[in-house]
Parts: sequence; C-alpha cells; structure tokens
Amino acid sequence: MRAQIAVYGVLAAVALIAPFLGLYPVFLMKILCFAMFACAFNLLLGFSKMLSFGHAAFFGASGYVTGWLVTVQGWGTIAGILGGVAVALLLGLTIGAIAVRRQGIYFAMITLALGQLVFFVCLQADFTGGENGLQGIPRGSLLGLIRLSNDRIMYYFVLAVFAAVYLLIRRIVHSPFGQVLKAIRANEPRAVSLGYKVDRYKLMAFVLSASLSGLAGSLKALVLGFVTLSDVSQTNSGEVILMTLLGGSGTFLGPVIGAGVVVTLQEYLSDLVGAWVSVIIGAIFVVCVLVFRRGFVGEIQRLFARRAPAARD
Amino acid sequence: MTTVFGVPLPAILGQMMLGLVNGSFYALLSLGLAVIFGLLGVVNFAHGAFYMLGAFAAYIGLASFGINYWWALLLAPLAVGLLGILMERLLLRHLYQVEPVYGLLLTFGVALIAEGVMRSQFGASGKSYPVPSLLQGGLNLGFMVLPVYRAWVIVASVTVCGVTWFLIERTRLGARLRAATENAKLVQAFGINVPLLVTCTFGAGVALAALAGVLAAPIVQVSPLMGSSLVIVVFAVVVIGGMGSIVGAIVSGLILGLIEGLTKVIYPEASNIVVFVIMAVVLIWRPAGLFGKEH
Repeated sequence: MRAQIAVYGVLAAVALIAPFLGLYPVFLMKILCFAMFACAFNLLLGFSKMLSFGHAAFFGASGYVTGWLVTVQGWGTIAGILGGVAVALLLGLTIGAIAVRRQGIYFAMITLALGQLVFFVCLQADFTGGENGLQGIPRGSLLGLIRLSNDRIMYYFVLAVFAAVYLLIRRIVHSPFGQVLKAIRANEPRAVSLGYKVDRYKLMAFVLSASLSGLAGSLKALVLGFVTLSDVSQTNSGEVILMTLLGGSGTFLGPVIGAGVVVTLQEYLSDLVGAWVSVIIGAIFVVCVLVFRRGFVGEIQRLFARRAPAARD
Repeated sequence: MTTVFGVPLPAILGQMMLGLVNGSFYALLSLGLAVIFGLLGVVNFAHGAFYMLGAFAAYIGLASFGINYWWALLLAPLAVGLLGILMERLLLRHLYQVEPVYGLLLTFGVALIAEGVMRSQFGASGKSYPVPSLLQGGLNLGFMVLPVYRAWVIVASVTVCGVTWFLIERTRLGARLRAATENAKLVQAFGINVPLLVTCTFGAGVALAALAGVLAAPIVQVSPLMGSSLVIVVFAVVVIGGMGSIVGAIVSGLILGLIEGLTKVIYPEASNIVVFVIMAVVLIWRPAGLFGKEH
C-alpha cells in the first residue's frame, strides 16, 4: 500500500511538471487521451472480461460530434464535450444491448461488426466530412474564462479530466457494482444462479466504458483540432486492445503505460520505418498474446506477490 | 419497362447477379472460418489476410514466374495453406489451453504483420490481374450481359463449397473431423492423430481463403488492404449463419451477397452496412444465428 502511494506520488509529480521538462505538450496530451481511452476499455476487458473489438466507434463518434458541435454549431467547449459523450453513451447502450446477448468470442465479433457499421455511417454522413474528416476544430475556452488555445493550459485541463476519470474507474471497480462484475467475470452461470441480472450489469459496464471512451475521443478531437476516419476505424479498436494488453489488463496503471508505449512508438516509428509500423505493432501483439498475457504491470505485480505472498493487495 | 421500387427490373437482376458474385466470396471465406472454428475453436482474424495473400500469390506468380491463372488456382492455395499450417504449428498451438479470445488477438496481430509486409513491398495502391483468355467475353442473359469470368466465379465457388460440404458431412475423414470437434480426447484415444487433423484442417481452411483470393484477383484490385474490411463482413456473415455451421456459412454467404446487391439498387447508401444491420436484427431475434444451436 505504501509502495502504491509512492508510485502514484511520483507519477503525479512527473505529470505535473512534464511540460516543463522539454516534452511537447500536444504529444503528452495525445498520450493522456489514449490512456483515458485504454482505461475505459480496460473497465470492460480487464474487470469484466468482455473483449470489445469496436471501441473506436465510441471514441471516434464522440470526437466527430464534439468537433461538429463546436465548429459548425458554435457550441462551447464543455457543452461540445458533453454532447459527444451523450452520443457515445446512446451508441454504447444500443451496441451493448445487442452484444451482451452473446459471450466471449461472439461478443468480440459482434462489437467488431457493429463498430464497422458506425465506421461506414461516419464515412457517408454529411457532418463528418467524409474522407477529409473535420479540420480546424477550435479548443475554445472554459466557461469563457480560461482560453484553451495555449498548449500548457490545455495540458492541465486534459490532465485534470484524466485524473478524474482514472479515480472514477478505481471507484467503480471497488464499488459493490464492481464486485458484482468481478463475480460475473469469475463465474457467470453462478452469478446468474445467485439472482443477479447479469446482462444488465454487463450492459451497464459497457455503457460506462463507452461513455468514458467517448470522453477520451472528444478531448482528443479538441487537443489535435481534427477528427478523421482513422479515429473510428478497426485499427484504432485494435490499438486500444494492444495498449491495454501490453500494459496489463485488469490492472489500473497498465493501460496508461501501454498507451504511453504505443503512442510513442507510433509517433517516432512512423517517420523512421513507414509501413513497417503495422508489422511492428502486429509483432508486439503476437508476442504479447503468446508469452506476455499479464502485461508490464501484471508481470511486476506477480513478481512482488511472489516475493511477499502475505502482502498482496 | 417493368420496374420495382421505381428501379428498372433489368438493373435489379443485374445487381443481384453481381451480388451473387460477392456472395460467392463470402461463402468461400465464411466456410473456411466455420471449418476452422468448428475444430479449433479459433476465430481466424487473419482470414482476410490469407485471402489477400492468395491474390498476391497469383499476381506475383504471373508477374515474376509466368505462372498462369489455372496453375495459380492450384498453387496459390497450396502455398498460402502451407503458411497457415506453419502459423498453426508455431503460434496458435500454444493457445489452445487459454481462452479463445487470445486466438482472435493473435491472428489479428498476424493479419497486421501480413498487411504491413505486403504494403512495404508493393505499396498501398491496387494491382490489376488480367482475366484469363479462356474466360473473357460475356454471356447474354437477356436482362444483362454477364461477364463470363463472373459466372465462372459463381460456379467455381458453389462447386468448391459443395465439395467441402460433402467431404465433411459424407466421408470417413469428415466423420473423424466432426467427431474430433465433439470430443477431441476420445477421438485421440481411438488412435486418430488429432493434432495432425487440426493442423490439416487449419491449412485447408486457409487454402479456401487463398482460393477465394485467386478467384477475386481479376475482378478486384489486388492490394494489401483488400482483405481487412472484407473479413469483418465475413465475420458478420458467420454470426448470422451461426458459428461452426457449414451449411449456415455457405447459404448465408450467398444470400447476404444477393441482399447487398439488391441494396445497391434500392438504397445505395446502405449497401455497406446492410449486412451489419441484418446481423443486429438476427441477434435480437435468434441469438445463436439462423443455423446455429444454442449451447
């Protein structure tokens, strides 16, 4: 427990001074947005054992809606974000209601297909700008007081939202609701026989995850100022899986680290190696699945648990 | 002129014919997926990549070695099937003890690798593959002129699907395969080499995908990304048909191709999504799929 507080203390300190360490704030914000996305995704994969292969739908759709509301409709920043999240929530409710009817591998395939449906809708709808996407999305200001166009100010805004989401997810997992999810994850038929309405709990977890993914997508749209089809694509859905898996699914910090690694790899490798990026990402996937299923944080936790079996969290 | 929904009938019949061609590809691909899923319990995300590799094998064979279409039809599935066997032996084999979703993730990674390698070698743009001279020209069906090649695709796919169905449902080998699907340990105890059966089945399923790729090469542009969105449609087809059901895979592949073709005339904007919408409706109405059984 003390070690945990120390780790979080160091991380918080690093996050607070990061923009002054010569790191590019937009890059840091991109990592934070994807970390938020991965944490939201982990709520499903890690804590409820549902592998969604269509999470980019929520991330992308919310980004599109926020971008459209802010740019075309002239909404304020906060209202735009809330609008995007509301759409992600409704989308999560619809897709989730269909997908939770099946489990495991079927769930993955159904979310994949419905995610692709959202992709095609975004490709053809008018407000998304089709192949070009939405460009020049303004960041606006907070309540008309704090202008977000300054990268550092925007960074602290994104960091604050991220911290709130992170704590919320911890809270959800440790709540009675989270404990029921854990029971369903461990033994679904047993949870049913204990009288829990399993599908309803799963749907609720799905909607929560979808909404928070949407929040991440909205913020990403504001940070970078554009939304494109790649935000709703299956590649993006695959990448968030990789981030979660690589960092350690079912751990709190894992997805954050995974997101940091994957975003950094993409940022620096794409200039160096071009099309080989997807080969590298694919290879990491294969290695992860074959020999590294616990991920970074999962492996470290196991190491500590082995050393001090009595002091397990 | 006869019209349906304000669209001339010949146009509808024409699009349905083209839809049937697409349906043939769906049928071949979902058949391979269903066979693999039935025995291995693995959903092969790399199926689209193997389809793409089949088309590229034909393209490279012709461009670099002068191997003609007919030989490609035989050799490309063999070569890609071997690649599939290699993948099963080296990678997938280690995942049979863990949850099936890991198989999906592994094959997703393999698909990314295959697409990335081909893209770095051949670029993202499409390559065209000539229609073999024997199959050029058109058939006048009265309502449309159907290119001979497309008619050939329908006939060839339906034949291959029929033969595969016969092999699985009506032969001794197929009986063993079905038995191994039900209870692998027991079948192994009877002295049948189940791991070998699994490897060969995977190879055969992959070879079917590659065959679809060769058949598609003269119609679509051969490109590294040709399989990546197709595989998702095929997943939806398999979910609609009911996972693991051979007949379900073939029938729903063909029918969904037809429906997609029809949608292209009636409401073109929806043609990309109609399969997914149907999937959603089927899941609400019959969660196990049209031909599937609830376990």
